[in-house]
Amino acid sequence: MTDKSYAEEQLTRATLDHCVKCTICETACPVSAVTPLFPGPKFVGPQAERFRNGLSVDHSVDYCSSCGACTLACPQGVQIAELNSQARAVMKKNHMPLRDQLVSRTTLMGTFMTPVAPIANMALDMKPVRTIVEKVVGIHRNAPMPTARTQTLAGWLKKRPKPAEPATRGPIVYFHGCAGGYFETETSKKAILVLEHLGYEVLVPKQGCCGLAQQSNGLFEGATKSVLKLCEQLRSAGKDLTIVSTSGSCAGMLKHEAHEIMGVNAEELHDVGARTREMSEFLLDLYEAGELDTNFERNDITIPYHAPCQLKSQGMGMPAIALMELIPGVSVVESGQACCGIAGTYGLKKEKYDIAQAVGAALFKMVKETNPDLAVCDTETCRWQIEASSGVKTVHPIWLIHQAYGLPDPR
Amino acid sequence: MRRIETDVVVIGGGATGAGVVRDVAMRGYRAVLVDRADLGQGTTGRYHGLLHSGGRYVVSDARSATECAEENVIVTNIHADAVERTGGLFILPPEDPQDFGDKWWQGAKDTKVPAEEISIAEALKREPRINPHITRAFAVEDGAVDGWQMVWGAANSAKLYGAEILTYHRVAKIIREEDQVRAVMCTDEKTGEDVQIDCTFVINAAGAWAGEIAAMADCHDVTVVPGRGIMIAMNHRLVNSVVNRCIYPADGDILVPVHTVSIIGTTDVKADDPDKLTIPRDEVQQMMDAGEVLVPGFRKARAVHAWAGARPLVKDGRVSAEDTRHMSRGMSVLDHADRDGLKGLLTISGGKLTTYRLMAEHVVDQMCEQLGDERPCRTAEEAVPKSEEGKNYVVTHRLEEREEDRLADQIICECELMSRQSYVDLLEAQPQATLDDLRRQLRLGMGPCQGGFCTTRAAGLALEHENIDIERATGLLRLFLKNRWIGLWPILYGDQVRQTALDNWIFQGTLDVEHLPTPDEELTV
Ligand SMILES: Cc1cc2nc3c(=O)[nH]c(=O)nc-3n(C[C@H](O)[C@H](O)[C@H](O)COP(=O)(O)OP(=O)(O)OC[C@H]3O[C@@H](n4cnc5c(N)ncnc54)[C@H](O)[C@@H]3O)c2cc1C
Ligand code: SF4
Ligand code: SF4
Repeated sequence: MTDKSYAEEQLTRATLDHCVKCTICETACPVSAVTPLFPGPKFVGPQAERFRNGLSVDHSVDYCSSCGACTLACPQGVQIAELNSQARAVMKKNHMPLRDQLVSRTTLMGTFMTPVAPIANMALDMKPVRTIVEKVVGIHRNAPMPTARTQTLAGWLKKRPKPAEPATRGPIVYFHGCAGGYFETETSKKAILVLEHLGYEVLVPKQGCCGLAQQSNGLFEGATKSVLKLCEQLRSAGKDLTIVSTSGSCAGMLKHEAHEIMGVNAEELHDVGARTREMSEFLLDLYEAGELDTNFERNDITIPYHAPCQLKSQGMGMPAIALMELIPGVSVVESGQACCGIAGTYGLKKEKYDIAQAVGAALFKMVKETNPDLAVCDTETCRWQIEASSGVKTVHPIWLIHQAYGLPDPR
Repeated sequence: MRRIETDVVVIGGGATGAGVVRDVAMRGYRAVLVDRADLGQGTTGRYHGLLHSGGRYVVSDARSATECAEENVIVTNIHADAVERTGGLFILPPEDPQDFGDKWWQGAKDTKVPAEEISIAEALKREPRINPHITRAFAVEDGAVDGWQMVWGAANSAKLYGAEILTYHRVAKIIREEDQVRAVMCTDEKTGEDVQIDCTFVINAAGAWAGEIAAMADCHDVTVVPGRGIMIAMNHRLVNSVVNRCIYPADGDILVPVHTVSIIGTTDVKADDPDKLTIPRDEVQQMMDAGEVLVPGFRKARAVHAWAGARPLVKDGRVSAEDTRHMSRGMSVLDHADRDGLKGLLTISGGKLTTYRLMAEHVVDQMCEQLGDERPCRTAEEAVPKSEEGKNYVVTHRLEEREEDRLADQIICECELMSRQSYVDLLEAQPQATLDDLRRQLRLGMGPCQGGFCTTRAAGLALEHENIDIERATGLLRLFLKNRWIGLWPILYGDQVRQTALDNWIFQGTLDVEHLPTPDEELTV
């Protein structure tokens, strides 16, 4: 039996049997709330799936952003978002826009952009270039694009001085994700410094892409290869070590999506998935065990916080809120919104851009009203979306922790 | 009293009767078909949905096997819109007699049933959910056929040749003048009016009720033993081709994907009255256990509806009346001129839905012979209306249509993706229809929620469009729910219990349907 048939036949499809048609998922879907083009989760999920027979005749399923709000809301346990992702994979099997391949090869984009970062950034900032990009590959001209850095995280790790203090708590594996390796290296550096401050020896094995973007674009074969390769890389750092990640969505791919959506059932995935912790989840666990240094500097601030959809789907609540509020003076306001609209690469696409903006509109407003200078969100693409659309600087929760420990800026 | 004049009256609007009226009309006779209810409300609407390849009978009944194989090809062509070419498998589970595999293979060759042995890996590739421990697998040409669509196709074809189709006309008496049939007396069940249809010939195609009809012409002792079989529709297509257990025909040995569901069946128990068929709990369990052999995990899958049908088997005295499965499934034609000295009456019974056209051909041939006419049968060559292009049904078609019209039309039955327009159109064509009549053609209320969400919409639309009064709308609603529930009680386990609980809250808790203003008599037609 191939992995694909396992995914399609065994796991998710069976959950459609639980649907009682209550329509609760419809009320949770941020996309159907803003556009009539999308028939909604109940329709494209458990209903349409009964008619598919492995064929793709309903292209409107592609309007689903895979945010997972429906699956989270369904009281009967139907894996609606996962069903949609699988239907999209079938839909794209024979017909795949170049753009969907491009935006989903995150490492590839990162590696070829780094050496020419200033040029790439300039090009991406220039309207005429973006217009051409939109026409040719279908990425909307105003969509937020990552800023490439001149130095990758790996480059920094090689050059920086060794930590002054010896490790007191043993080794831990850090999983930075593509964005943390190429675009948002600042977050990764702060995370490493915080972990070292807490006494860990931080191991950062060479790591490729988790394949999430390919998966959400329906490219299961490539995504499966990527995620399995990543698992091997993370395992190479040492057996049974805890793996911590600042990339909430990539952690979700390892924890459940690769298995539930693509049906990957490999031992290395289960091993790595079970050991993976999202950064705030990990730190809060330490706190609850009485092992977190809470010697935080005071910071009188009210921060809007948005938990990304892909973090919510991990079913761990919102540990970042409790974690940040350990800092004296910090008051966190949760956004109450399902999704910022970007949903990985969804909001980048020219036919989805307006929908994504409409999905995020209430969030952008809330962010601006709560604090025009700073917002917090756990996932890179969501931060780029919030920042680009609200104009408010948006950071990972680890930035506040790093600051509250009084740690120096990474050099 | 209404009076109609015609040449031939066909009694029974199941597959057989519809086939007969089409054949009669195509051979140039004036014809009227009568049924006491809607078309396909007898066994034809309560069967398994399998367009046999013949594979099921290659060992037990060689002649049926060959006939099925031949008719399969014809029906697939002339009823393209009712037939899905799913293909089928015969799989041999490890616990079953292994020598049957060779017997089956030899039988398929002898009976000319197209078959091919395929590897287990190939079988699992085609149907990933089936039992991975099977020892052999054969591929055959089984299909799935919507009995209602097929019957309406045949009836509409007959209409093009001038035939009249009278549903809800119950036959009460066959009038004879000495040794010749003269008229059929019916009651119009919707209006209560008596209808006399003068004719020179009657073909009795009343299936399990054929004995009763024969008796109405004073032809007694035509014994049709109803062989009751139950079937259970599972919520989605657990398989996409027909999966048969490669054993001597037994209970629960076939799983058929029909439209959006897959149907497990069936049993065979002698019944006393074809109008009172039970669905016993132990037989439901038996189906679940049998399904588990074909598809591991079957017992945990969701069942949505159960029903029972009665095989119209003419007793032939060769086997005990308790064991109906081993009686001849072949068709039998009773010529009442020979048997009872009455000219102008033939009874056709037995057979299978797959061979309905051939049965019709046989009986109409015999009629022509008795009348001294030479008119050849043409039903195999000509497609019925809407099937002329030869495009077979596919399960994706409704999803494709809704994708097209999703911004322009509403969906009334969400589970079966039935559009508002299709419903309103049919309502206009059949203003007297009950919701069940519409359901049989549109699949209204046949999905997982079993009418939980669409019944009120459908009744409301009927009220809005047909100027029926509120009492009839209430009556339609309640009648529909009552009938849906008949098929729900026997399978109240697992996921379907949650659904029925929610449906119940809606209808009893929110709408209080049991205490709506009631007509003196509850609606029945
Ligand atoms: C459980 C089961 C599963 C089956 N599965 C399959 C299968 O998968 N494939 C296959 O090919 N075959 C199958 N069959 C066989 C097939 O369904 C029947 O052979 C076929 O439907 C019989 O059609 P019919 O027209 O002879 O009878 P019916 O469909 O029963 O038609 C008889 C009609 O006579 C009408 N009638 C009765 N009394 C009167 C009256 N007084 N006045 C007017 N009308 C009257 C009834 O309303 C009814 O509509 C199955 C049978 C059963 C029981
Ligand atoms: S995953 Fe998100 S966008 Fe897709 S159907 Fe569910 S709620 Fe809607
Ligand atoms: S998928 Fe879940 S939430 Fe949506 S209609 Fe079905 S049971 Fe309700």
